[in-house]
Amino acid sequence: MKTQSRWALAIFLTPVLLWLILLIVIPHIDLLIMSLRVENDFGDMTWSLSNYISFFKEPIYWLTFVRTAVYSILVTLLTLIVALPVAFYITKVVAPRYQGFLTLLLLLPFWVSELVRVYGWMILLRESGVINHVLIRLGILDAPIEMLYNDATMILGLVYTSMLFMVVPLISVLESLDDSLVEAAYDLGAGMWTILFRIIIPHSTPGIVSGSIVVFMLTLGNYLTPNLMGGKNSLWFTEQIYNQFIASFNWNQGSAFGFLLLLLSSAIIWLGLTLTRQKLSKVIQ
Amino acid sequence: MIRSLPNSRLYTLSFNVFVILYFVFLFAPLLITCILAFNDSQFPALPWKGFTIEWFTANTPERVGIFHDSINLDSIWVSAQVAFFVSLFSLIVGTLAAFLFEQEDFRFKSLLYFLMLAPLVIPGVILGISILMFSNTLGTWFENHWQLDVGLFRPGFWLVVLGQFSFIATFVTLVVSARLKKFDISLEEAAMNLGASRFQVIWHVTLKFLQPALLGAGAVAFLMSFENFNTTLFLVGAETTLPINLYLQVRDGSTPVINAISFLLILGTSLLAVANLYFGKRSA
Repeated sequence: MKTQSRWALAIFLTPVLLWLILLIVIPHIDLLIMSLRVENDFGDMTWSLSNYISFFKEPIYWLTFVRTAVYSILVTLLTLIVALPVAFYITKVVAPRYQGFLTLLLLLPFWVSELVRVYGWMILLRESGVINHVLIRLGILDAPIEMLYNDATMILGLVYTSMLFMVVPLISVLESLDDSLVEAAYDLGAGMWTILFRIIIPHSTPGIVSGSIVVFMLTLGNYLTPNLMGGKNSLWFTEQIYNQFIASFNWNQGSAFGFLLLLLSSAIIWLGLTLTRQKLSKVIQ
Repeated sequence: MIRSLPNSRLYTLSFNVFVILYFVFLFAPLLITCILAFNDSQFPALPWKGFTIEWFTANTPERVGIFHDSINLDSIWVSAQVAFFVSLFSLIVGTLAAFLFEQEDFRFKSLLYFLMLAPLVIPGVILGISILMFSNTLGTWFENHWQLDVGLFRPGFWLVVLGQFSFIATFVTLVVSARLKKFDISLEEAAMNLGASRFQVIWHVTLKFLQPALLGAGAVAFLMSFENFNTTLFLVGAETTLPINLYLQVRDGSTPVINAISFLLILGTSLLAVANLYFGKRSA
């Protein structure tokens, strides 16, 4: 019903405009402006690129940036590799009567706060943790080892945290895959890997792309998991942003970092969409 | 490969083992957290020293259970209030936005739609710092021009509400839009032919139809707000929300009280999740 009533349009439009302009558009323009301002020798604010220049001059800054980007891509790939068989099992392999129950079981942990989930891993993995206790009791270890605070556990935590956002889109695309396609391929003599790469993966591409975009974005912007599970060595870029804002109180430098992170995540999302010729509005649903 | 095809025994077996391992991986941290909430020990670790509910109920100098722990109780209360306002505002604005994008035509509609989706792809940390800075800019401006000190612009309760609202409203918009797409427009036309005004139609007909989606979206919005960490981290003032408060405790060493809180959270969210899925399925 496309009415011509201007009143209705105004009532719907005003709050939405207020929301998007005051809380999304202007704050991000402000972020860009702040990142281009520095205090000169007289204590006045002037325009300058020096916040960005210091990012490229200090290896610790741009190395952390590159490290965060590479690890985020790695986490996205690992999540996909674990999630695809699980989604396939639930939609195509298990007896249909268990399907609903398994899906429910799959989603349940992700309703629980990320903090509680990370805390659970900390109790399991730390030096005085449950896994060490069990291994010593079984005689496999002589002394406890610290399993937290290294890159491997940090990646484990990040994969765990983002799993849901990969599994759900994969289940929904695999549900729409017609079984007869797989049966036909099988009857014509295709092997397991041929079916996987010629039928299942091409069919799942929309789900893979939308899952990967969300996982990548959430991993890149995650602060909690790298901070608690990676410890002092985690070197995650969001921690650099936090340090500039809260510890050094250098908001201009922090804004430059924030803007760079925003550029990186937008660029990778754009790249993913262009390579697979998809639209953001389609992918998000 | 799939159910209808003959599968080798090795294939079925290894697939079953893989999925079982996956579920162990999924539930191990949560189960251990819950179990250790009832361990009669000063630390959230093994060995098992016997069953106790003291980490919930005790009020002694050595042990303060969660029901007497005023700092944690306060932060739960703050989180509940934040989540209430965030879900209220998100429901109102998200529903208006759904009507706007589904039923109205105007210039720059696709641009505005793109903007509405943007909060989903902006990392939460960035959303937090940009809103923090803009409110700071506004606060400084008000102080310099009108000598007004506006509390709203300093980190605190309402800034947290605004920050979380800015992206949770997008989720509500998408959920309500999806339901509105299935709405049979002839119902609205019939009501209008019978003399109802546009807003009477919306109130009596369309919103009734949207009710399950609104309930579901409200529950999800409440939970997302209650558990939000990344955006809240930069906007929080003296009144800390539960995730921030727990984070500070976990970072500096932990006691089984955190397990007790986690147990209550896991219990609460599981009930909410099951209820949401159950009612969601019935209305679909």
